[in-house]
Amino acid sequence: MSRIDRRFAALKASGRTGLIPFVTAGDPSPEHAVTLMHVLVDAGADLIELGVPFSDPMADGPVIQHASERAIAKSVGLADVLGWVTAFRQRDAETPVVLMGYLNPVEIHGYARFAQEAVQAGVDGVLLVDCPLEESAVLQPLRDAGLQQILLAAPTTEPSRMAQLCGSAEGFLYYVSFAGITGAAHLSTGDIAARMADIRTHAKAPVAVGFGIRDAASARAIADFADAVVIGSALVERLAGAEDAEEITVRARAFLVPIRAALDAH
Amino acid sequence: MPTIDDFHAWPDAHGRFGNYGGIYVAETLMAPLAELTEAYLRLRDDPAFIAELDRDLKHYVGRPSPIYHAERLSQHVGGARILFKREDLNHTGAHKINNTVGQALVARSMGKTRIIAETGAGQHGVASATVAARLGLKCVVYMGAVDIERQKINVYRMKLLGAEVVPVTSGSKTLKDALNEAMRDWVTNVADTFYIIGTVAGPHPYPLMVRDFNAIVGREARGQMLEQYGRLPDVLTACVGGGSNAIGLFHAFLNDRDVRIVGAEAAGEGIATGHHAASLAAGRPGVLHGNRTYVLCDDNGQITETHSISAGLDYPGVGPEHAFLKDAGRADYVGVTDEEAMEAFHLLARTEGILAALESSHAVAQAIKLAREYPKDGIVLCNLSGRGDKDVHTIAAREGVEV
Repeated sequence: MSRIDRRFAALKASGRTGLIPFVTAGDPSPEHAVTLMHVLVDAGADLIELGVPFSDPMADGPVIQHASERAIAKSVGLADVLGWVTAFRQRDAETPVVLMGYLNPVEIHGYARFAQEAVQAGVDGVLLVDCPLEESAVLQPLRDAGLQQILLAAPTTEPSRMAQLCGSAEGFLYYVSFAGITGAAHLSTGDIAARMADIRTHAKAPVAVGFGIRDAASARAIADFADAVVIGSALVERLAGAEDAEEITVRARAFLVPIRAALDAH
Repeated sequence: MPTIDDFHAWPDAHGRFGNYGGIYVAETLMAPLAELTEAYLRLRDDPAFIAELDRDLKHYVGRPSPIYHAERLSQHVGGARILFKREDLNHTGAHKINNTVGQALVARSMGKTRIIAETGAGQHGVASATVAARLGLKCVVYMGAVDIERQKINVYRMKLLGAEVVPVTSGSKTLKDALNEAMRDWVTNVADTFYIIGTVAGPHPYPLMVRDFNAIVGREARGQMLEQYGRLPDVLTACVGGGSNAIGLFHAFLNDRDVRIVGAEAAGEGIATGHHAASLAAGRPGVLHGNRTYVLCDDNGQITETHSISAGLDYPGVGPEHAFLKDAGRADYVGVTDEEAMEAFHLLARTEGILAALESSHAVAQAIKLAREYPKDGIVLCNLSGRGDKDVHTIAAREGVEV
């Protein structure tokens, strides 16, 4: 059983909704990237999504675009990200880490080389935004190495395709709560609830919901039908510009602790 | 799978040209792209659609465009005859209108009421604003802030045509970023919005659809060659940014193995300087903007900023069909510098009375080089993809002239 599977099994056993924060690796500070990961766990993260910066993040809104630009300006690349996961694993062997990003950095790094290095670093899964199921043959070396491929499902996904995605999902299925880019704010819990009912009929894997969740209230609303909630842009925005480890810690905790509490009170 | 021997059989059903092309987008766009593919493949064979498109191309765009023997230029060069396919004579001044007329009809057929587009030099933006005005559709054009500055005339033309021009300030603030932003708009407004991509890049079916709509250029030229010269040209050339005018000219000739094909990419200040936009000549296979193709990127996979004097060639990727033709050895892609393009611009202006677009001037420079390789009875056919009126300010500024 993979680290991700174990984590979701434990959540289910304890009746809790998972909290998955997303941060862009190297933002706000490459020096404190590993510290930030530990802070996220201390503040209640069940799984960490670590964004690999990319110059052309087509599916992301301005907040994550700018975080990527800041990290790239500090020369953050895939090798740095893998190094931070390695360092994180020295103190945390339990919290799953999923790398989220776009295909080109992995393609240029080399699929086989990436697979080997990522597993060695302690990465558990990858979510490559611009690699839909149809193109995922290139990811075979990653699967062979034991990395789970996290798939997206969207409000626009046709019912027949949804069944296929649910059948292929590894680790968890990431349901994008609305048709749009990250960080936009039009969460409609009614629509999500309706679609989640359909997904539940097909999905064996747990389902996380992301896009548009910004605070304790929206997280709690989604927790009614999701196994986990993903929070990205709102956290990245809060962390932007924090200069030292203390400020990063204070801001991350102030943001996540109330959300964790709201999910646990659910 | 189609065979390598028949270049007209590509792409395959999944939009792949050999190892290139495909659909590399977020899940949210999979259904809209499938819907577009279904609609386009149906319309492509629909006699009523074909008849309407033909009428528009004839009466609105002004097709067919002539092929023109540039006698004084050819004499000056002293090699083979140089012929131009005069896409600069189309309505709005470039080949871009061939594609936007076609996609606008697809949009209307799909019931979409809002058009979005990205633009670099502004020619595709103008061509999109034009067809949107004609069909009464709302039009929003995304354009990099850097390009807005260097293509002011086209920005104003778009506004006169009723389009909203949105400056893009992310990344390098050029064409690639405009494409990202248009894609973000589309994913957000997919219910009522049709995205007219201006080049043969993007996810399937765009490389197929944009190529089909531009392939009229080569079909006409091939017929005109046989009719007027009784033979095919020895060599074709065209400038390649995303590659829509080039594939437009090349496609009808791909199975004519005796016709050599050379694409001219923007070598900027020289490929060795790193300041260029020659994705095929100097890049490597990667994934950008929804397809696998040659890209310019660093060892971290970050797309690098490109340089070209011409905004329309300033793009770090290239249409996947060109990547396929390069690997198959069917076409060669070479770099032409800013300097060489400028020289060709002036030479063409003074010998033939034609102001070519800076993009097309790269092709003219390449045609001149090729003409020197062939005897006097040889024929170089060059796509003169657009006119240079839009570039007058850029050229004046480069040469220190106040207009």
